[in-house]
Amino acid sequence: MSKLNITSQLSDNDTRDLIILVAMIVPPSKEHDLPGADDPLIFTDILAAAAPHSATIVPAIQALDTIARDLQEKGFAELAVEQQEAAANAFRNLNAAEAELLEALTVQCYYRDERVKNNLDMDTRPPFPVGFELEQGDWSLLDKVRKRPAFYRPDS
Amino acid sequence: MSEEPVDVLIIGAGASGAAVAWSLLDTRMKIVCLEQGGATNPADYPSTGNEWEARRSSDFSISPNQRKLKTDYPINEDDSPIKVANFNGVGGSTVLYAGQFPRFHPSDFRVKSLDGVADDWPVDYETLEPFFEENDRMTGVAGLAGDPAYPPRDARPMPPVPLGKAGQALASGFNKLGWHWWPSDVAINTEVYDGRDKCINLGACISGCAQGAKGSADVTYWSHALRGGVELRTHSRVREITINDDTGMATGVIYYDEDGAEQSLKAHIVVLASNGIGTPRILLNSKSKLFPDGLANSSGLVGKNLMFHPYAAIQGIFDEPLDGYKGPHKAVQSQEFYETDPSRDFVRGYTFETSRGMGPAGTAMTGLGYGRIPWGQGHHKAFREMFNRVTSIAAVCEDLPEEHNRVTLDDMLKDSDGIPAPKISYTLSENSRKMLDHAVARGTEMMTAAGAREVLTMAPIKFAGWHLMGTARMGSDPTRSVVNEWGRSHDVKNLFIVDGSIFVTSAGVNPTSTLQALALYIADQMKQRLANLFD
Repeated sequence: MSKLNITSQLSDNDTRDLIILVAMIVPPSKEHDLPGADDPLIFTDILAAAAPHSATIVPAIQALDTIARDLQEKGFAELAVEQQEAAANAFRNLNAAEAELLEALTVQCYYRDERVKNNLDMDTRPPFPVGFELEQGDWSLLDKVRKRPAFYRPDS
Repeated sequence: MSEEPVDVLIIGAGASGAAVAWSLLDTRMKIVCLEQGGATNPADYPSTGNEWEARRSSDFSISPNQRKLKTDYPINEDDSPIKVANFNGVGGSTVLYAGQFPRFHPSDFRVKSLDGVADDWPVDYETLEPFFEENDRMTGVAGLAGDPAYPPRDARPMPPVPLGKAGQALASGFNKLGWHWWPSDVAINTEVYDGRDKCINLGACISGCAQGAKGSADVTYWSHALRGGVELRTHSRVREITINDDTGMATGVIYYDEDGAEQSLKAHIVVLASNGIGTPRILLNSKSKLFPDGLANSSGLVGKNLMFHPYAAIQGIFDEPLDGYKGPHKAVQSQEFYETDPSRDFVRGYTFETSRGMGPAGTAMTGLGYGRIPWGQGHHKAFREMFNRVTSIAAVCEDLPEEHNRVTLDDMLKDSDGIPAPKISYTLSENSRKMLDHAVARGTEMMTAAGAREVLTMAPIKFAGWHLMGTARMGSDPTRSVVNEWGRSHDVKNLFIVDGSIFVTSAGVNPTSTLQALALYIADQMKQRLANLFD
């Protein structure tokens, strides 16, 4: 994992907003015994993954705060949960590409967290070098197609 | 001291350049290949680390505009609903392909005669057949003989990849409707083959095979070509092909090395193998007194007739677990709707090819993209309904050539060496839209028959411009084509083009098998005509 992150480019307020936003994308779940994307380890990973995209992410987070202030005259972090959801929805509508990037970074980091993988009964190792088993499936299904006459089209 | 001229200079180390380099080995000519990218170390492929899914959106993205590596060139694709997918490096885009390896059909070479559209090719299936066979042996193809959608042919070198649960579910769906399906021909080792290990179901074909089981050109043709003495210069980006203004013959190229220093290399024969975007870009950048509109462009067709394959995606969500992220992406294909049917409102047709499944991040991104997985508390429940329970089919639709679909040079955009970048202008035709609509409707019907409880569709797929064809088409008429029946430029008698640019039409299948067979055919023609190659 890259050691870089965009912390130095985010104000404390920006960081607080980003933590809230990623938890809105993937919240913690008591039912499934899962952390949210605001979990400190996962959020640190998100910040590192966001580093190459800082030119997009930093203004996007600031745009979210501006939207919140336009709607409720308060910063995003200061809003009630319902108001935050309204601001986030407006953000997704007005800044669709940036919101999609934030979604992608959030779920890419969330679903490579070992706790999350364990919870999903996944191997926590990378695919290589062990690989995976794959069953052959039922090749008798092909019998029906084997009986079909050739139907390719001759070229003349 | 300037370097001695080489006999053959190949521009591009992808699927076609690799095949030609290997085929020309037996001429004992001095062969040099210039490749703008590097040679990727399989140990660096994403599947060797836990970031394997995320890296599909960064350094192993299929989009050069997203990767933005020094070895990539930018592409202005603002005027196209389909975005280019490629990889610049030894092996070219085969490094990131899924290995789907069907051949064109006999009818694909005769679309004008059979359906009254586009043009016939100047070569036919029968002519290419021995080169298809040779290419299958060199690449290592897994599959099964007996497909009623094709003429009879030899057994494949290896048995097919497993159906798995996903392939079995989809095969059942095709069977319920009485539709054709068959195990896909794939360039994936299902056994140890040609010194390469067999597939271990990494599920990461499209971000490079760390196992070396996928037949990408870097591990197939290049392994043999390099051992045979072909010189491959990586990080060498060609700016232009140079011309002798008196003779009209190509003299070599000017290129930039890894340090950005300008270099030149003289050659007796120049072979362009830089794909349907890169090849017209180099030709259009090669302006001279003799060729003010770009090299080999007396027909005015360089860059025109760009064809992709418009893709439709049909994804099914099933109740029972499928294969998820495990296994090669491809398993089976259906050509039930491949040939023209006068009862439909479009000509030509398409192939359904299956795509096995996705990892967790891919599942989440797909679900979010379709609005099937929400933000907030509903995320986990919706995610679990999809994870390991999604499989899909893609319709590969034949795209017909239209001159207004084209590659030009961008006025402003340049690569890291300052070479003007390509701009693509592309519009989906009415025929393609109708074909996509048909594929979505029939695909949804099949997914439902297969047992999917929910079906998600998308057409066209935006980031699926894998197949780049038609921009330097072949033909016997110099006013209607750029190269002749055996790949030689009509205008420059020691310039050959061997990549997808020379395709006359696109067919409704992935082009790599046909592209490499055609490259081997052209190389064979060159060998047979060596004594009078430039006449």
